[in-house]
Amino acid sequence: MRYFIDLTTVLTQKELKVRYKNSFFGYLWSIAHPLAFAAVFFVAFKVIMRVQMEDYVLFLIAGLFPWQWFSNSAGISPHIFLGNASIIKKVNFERSAGVLAAVLNETIHFAVSIPVIVFFVYYYGRGAHASWLYGIPLLMLVQFMLTCGLALAVASVNLFFRDLERIAVITVSMLFYFTPVIYSLDMVPPQYRALVNLNPLAPLMASWRSLFMYGTLDAGLVALSAVYAAAALAGGYLVYRKLVWKFAEVL
Amino acid sequence: MSSAPIIFSGVGKTYPMYHHFTGGIKNFLFNLPEALRSLRSSRFEALRDVSFEVAKGETLGIVGGNGAGKSTLLGLAAGVLRPTTGAVKVSGRISPLLELGAGFHRDLTGLENIMLNGVLLGLTRAEVKERLAAIVEFSELGAFIDQPLRVYSNGMVARLGFSVAAHLDPDVMLIDEVLAVGDEEFQKKCLEKMREFKRKGVTMLFVSHSMPSVKLICDRVIWIADRRVHMSGAPAEVVRAYAGEGAGL
Repeated sequence: MRYFIDLTTVLTQKELKVRYKNSFFGYLWSIAHPLAFAAVFFVAFKVIMRVQMEDYVLFLIAGLFPWQWFSNSAGISPHIFLGNASIIKKVNFERSAGVLAAVLNETIHFAVSIPVIVFFVYYYGRGAHASWLYGIPLLMLVQFMLTCGLALAVASVNLFFRDLERIAVITVSMLFYFTPVIYSLDMVPPQYRALVNLNPLAPLMASWRSLFMYGTLDAGLVALSAVYAAAALAGGYLVYRKLVWKFAEVL
Repeated sequence: MSSAPIIFSGVGKTYPMYHHFTGGIKNFLFNLPEALRSLRSSRFEALRDVSFEVAKGETLGIVGGNGAGKSTLLGLAAGVLRPTTGAVKVSGRISPLLELGAGFHRDLTGLENIMLNGVLLGLTRAEVKERLAAIVEFSELGAFIDQPLRVYSNGMVARLGFSVAAHLDPDVMLIDEVLAVGDEEFQKKCLEKMREFKRKGVTMLFVSHSMPSVKLICDRVIWIADRRVHMSGAPAEVVRAYAGEGAGL
């Protein structure tokens, strides 16, 4: 266990160091992407299509930052094992540490971007909420579990079906529009509302936004997210366990 | 039951032909019945009924042509592959000596890479820190140790890799063709270090195409040909037979 923690720590440090070593603006890049998208969606939906929604920029930012955390993790996950072929073929270290480190790395990026969200909360004349103290760690844990589970499965299966990488890219970008990030759950016609929550990201993203904007959490949505997260983690780990001993054969 | 650190008993290894999979989902699905059938039937056999033991402190050389199954054998010993039939038992801390640059990152400094590689190879962070000074000294990289790896020459990367591996205190060491890189002086240093391992009672599997090194370092040699142990015996004998065969081909 001690060793597994060390392995994960060293791999996470590696990712962080590599990311910032050759980058002049470093931290700014991790917030530039969601901010740029917030600007684009603001122009498209608020300025051009005139969506009636107060504080739409804040609304976007409260959803786009956690979404970015998820989609970045999903984007790197096909490469986690593939990119370490030379060492996986020779050394029998615990491979899941690589997935954990990659997701942790993205988690750290999300965590350090929270002050930016808070800045916009204040900019739009709202204040901090006491519920953040437990709400933010709770939702982070749920999203961390969900992401780890999916990443474990995608990273493992991609070694056998290399097409999965392309499928993952398309799925994530489609999923974005089926997730209430640029619209709210209320705007979905009632007959489709139940369908939206079949998307594992939907209740989670809705929870993030209501937490940042109003300091409230809907227990039902959080519970549903937690169920999805637990299922993803269990499923992902099973897939990984089933395939891990064949990694060195296919690489 | 024998207590030798490395025991292969009746080991066979076949690989499924994964190209049906890596050819893509589309191919796989469109030819599903065929793909499933061929998946079950077309297997590639790398090793068949291989049995040997390596005693504690012994250095076993493995020679054989390309594709004879040497790398599969090392993979089985390292525990990254599972045997299809038979059993592989390796006890103690295993340290594979990696090929050039494996497990290193080009953008990290020598020091950072020592930590990364050391932990990947099975040490805790505290254990790497204890050994850090000795590893740096052994590598003779001087000021380069604080430079990113991308400015290193191949020889320097090899030196760093060997330095980490040499300080792992393994019980079993797996060595695959590493002496092919690096200059003569570095090779000499590696051989010197391997002799030191032998004195310390480290068990070694040594795969090489360099017959002089095999003769120099090994206590016993097995020759893998056509998936099986073709010959096993004293280094001079096996090397002579193997070289003779090579010349005859």
